[in-house]
Amino acid sequence: MPLTDSLRDDILASVPSLRAFAISLSGNGDRADDLVQETLLRALANIDSFQVGSNLPAWLFTILRNLFRSDYRTRRREGEDADGSYAKTLKTQPAQNAHLEFEEFRTALEKLPQDQREALILVGASGFSYEDAATICGCAVGTIKSRVNRARSKLSALLYVDGADDFGPDDTVRAVIGGSGG
Amino acid sequence: MGIVERVMKDVKPKGGLNAEIQSRIGHQLRAMYDDVVRQGVPDRFADMIRKLDGPDAQAQIAGEPGKTEGGE
Repeated sequence: MPLTDSLRDDILASVPSLRAFAISLSGNGDRADDLVQETLLRALANIDSFQVGSNLPAWLFTILRNLFRSDYRTRRREGEDADGSYAKTLKTQPAQNAHLEFEEFRTALEKLPQDQREALILVGASGFSYEDAATICGCAVGTIKSRVNRARSKLSALLYVDGADDFGPDDTVRAVIGGSGG
Repeated sequence: MGIVERVMKDVKPKGGLNAEIQSRIGHQLRAMYDDVVRQGVPDRFADMIRKLDGPDAQAQIAGEPGKTEGGE
């Protein structure tokens, strides 16, 4: 469809969540904004292929995700140590919520495989249905569900299992039973 | 309820995904995401989309440099 005023407003309204998605994927604010800019240019250049009445955010997220994927592959080929550089940029970013817990969470999120990270963000933060997330990622709904579950398990292990072990059932029960005996 | 049962009830299943941890993960994920969403639309993007409004601008972004007509 042609670029009408209302479509332009809708695209503009999607920018905040596109940025949040891009930052969650890349862990780097500058690179995220470059991704968003390229996404918007692609979207506007291909606006004729957008179907009236279809899901605009899902369409924009699909473009952004594909751009990120090709960008990511290129960087990998160029020999960039993706994990190491992401971790560094995270620490130098001006954190608005500078809680330690928050930073730990972001670091843990970066450790997830990319497939799982994007699935978790789309469903758990962007608020897409499993069906929309599957469309955006170009895979089956069941695949998205399993990626989200694995992402949650991994995050849970990275963030909470150490702490849970400190108060694990064996120690606690042993302490209570042992303690009652004097 | 005996003391051991009470302790066992409070203990998290080892390696399992309990509801409290899942809720914390969900909350942190949304907090991180919404932190960016609340920043709104940076001027850079608002200006860009506004400038790309007219038909001239559309032709400009649709066309590739050095490629004026024809061709798929």
